[in-house]
Amino acid sequence: MFDFLEGYDLLGAFWVTVKLTVYSALGSLIWGTLLAGMRVGPVPLMRGFGTAYVNIVRNIPLTVIIVFASLGLFQTLQVTLGGGDNFEVINFRLAVLALALYTAAFVCEALRSGINTVPAGQAEAARALGLSFTQVLRLIILPQAFRSVVNPLANVLIALTKNTTVAAAIGVVEAAYLMKDMIEAEAQLILISAIFAFGFICLTLPTGLLLGWLSKKVAVKR
Amino acid sequence: MTTSVLFDAQGPRAKRRNVLYTVIFLAALAAVLWWVYTALDEKHQLDWVKWEPFFTSSQPWETYLWPGLQNTLKAAFFALLIALPLGALFGIGRLSEHRSVRTPSGIVVEFFRAIPVLILMITANAAYSEFTDIASDVRPLYAVVTGLVLYNASVLAEIVRAGILSLPQGQTDAAKAIGMRKGQTMRYVLLPQSVTAMLPAIVSQIVVIVKDTALGGAVLTFPELLASVRPMSANYGANTIACFTVIALIFIAVNFALTSFASWLEKRLRRAKKSTGTVVGAGPDGGLKTIGTPPLVIEDGHGS
Repeated sequence: MFDFLEGYDLLGAFWVTVKLTVYSALGSLIWGTLLAGMRVGPVPLMRGFGTAYVNIVRNIPLTVIIVFASLGLFQTLQVTLGGGDNFEVINFRLAVLALALYTAAFVCEALRSGINTVPAGQAEAARALGLSFTQVLRLIILPQAFRSVVNPLANVLIALTKNTTVAAAIGVVEAAYLMKDMIEAEAQLILISAIFAFGFICLTLPTGLLLGWLSKKVAVKR
Repeated sequence: MTTSVLFDAQGPRAKRRNVLYTVIFLAALAAVLWWVYTALDEKHQLDWVKWEPFFTSSQPWETYLWPGLQNTLKAAFFALLIALPLGALFGIGRLSEHRSVRTPSGIVVEFFRAIPVLILMITANAAYSEFTDIASDVRPLYAVVTGLVLYNASVLAEIVRAGILSLPQGQTDAAKAIGMRKGQTMRYVLLPQSVTAMLPAIVSQIVVIVKDTALGGAVLTFPELLASVRPMSANYGANTIACFTVIALIFIAVNFALTSFASWLEKRLRRAKKSTGTVVGAGPDGGLKTIGTPPLVIEDGHGS
């Protein structure tokens, strides 16, 4: 029943999906945190930049951003991100860049809502001690904010896992790309679809359960 | 002057420091923009010839952009039209007292939320070509709408469920007290009230649907807005950047209008006396949370 699988690197494709997810998750976490810092900070220009970035990026389809990375950045402007002549490496890195830039907007908004859950008294106490804005944010607010947004961030991560399939549009050989390939070559539509659906459930379900458990464990009791 | 709880009202030193930060940030921003500008200029992407078709002639709009936008909106409209009642059905199903209704609805909703829309679209496309005789030129539209319906109906089901759960228990109790049956309670008491609470979240979900139509253009051969980039840039002398800028702006305009409408609606409904004041709003991650009484957070992902 599963003989036809032999010619295909199923695990390899899902491994690419996992790698895309992990790299873009890290990238978006860093960039999203910076954006959130800008949006709550005292410098009006940075606040404006953060707000504009989030509102623009959230309203453009991820597909447009990823296809632009390939057609616009790579083919027109020859941005290779240090990938040399290897198209596979270049496309992979461009996909990670696009996914991270897109997801960062959602990470930023999740974090900002987390910052709002920290009682105002905490920040006031920190200011009364003479801490500067960066110290208040770094030592008092963000550690508590992160603990209260594990759940929303988990949802962003699950959405990101599913969104990596869009990288198929620029030829990154991840799960959705392989699936399209297999459906065209094999007459096993239902079986193939079931395998890939199962694969994604295997990726997203444990993530959700694990982080859901973690969010309860680390949440600040108030 | 803006004040925040996170930083003190600014004195002369802090003001000077802020000016310094502003200048540094501006310099960094300017450096990035300069790099982008020179990169674009080198590849002749900023030449007027490449941008001029969008301003001086109606041809790109009539031939590519307008039909593309029409297809995008058409797919989004059909998807919403089918997904909304389906979502309401499954959302109410999940709240049923009978396990035989509750469990299957729950499984269906959780299953389709866990799978990427693109996988659903590819499957639908292949299934239509194998099992039905839908003509191949409309097949991508069918596939895109099917994928969008399956995913968004399950998200809308969660919105409906959260909306109904956000109503005070007293509403159901009162309905029971005057002798209403379950169906009547749902139809005359719960649904009409929760609709006002759900509207903003539903409008936000339309943005997700509009954005996800672009998948059909990139992977299936659905002639929507994004798909018009390739023929357009081939026709007007490789003006890739100009084409992307224009379609990105169109997407931003459509979606920004929708999100503004959603937040206007949310503000209005939260003040309105008719509703319970509870609103299922779009969460920060595009997920959902109930604003107001019970602090119920239901999880969901955002589309691509």
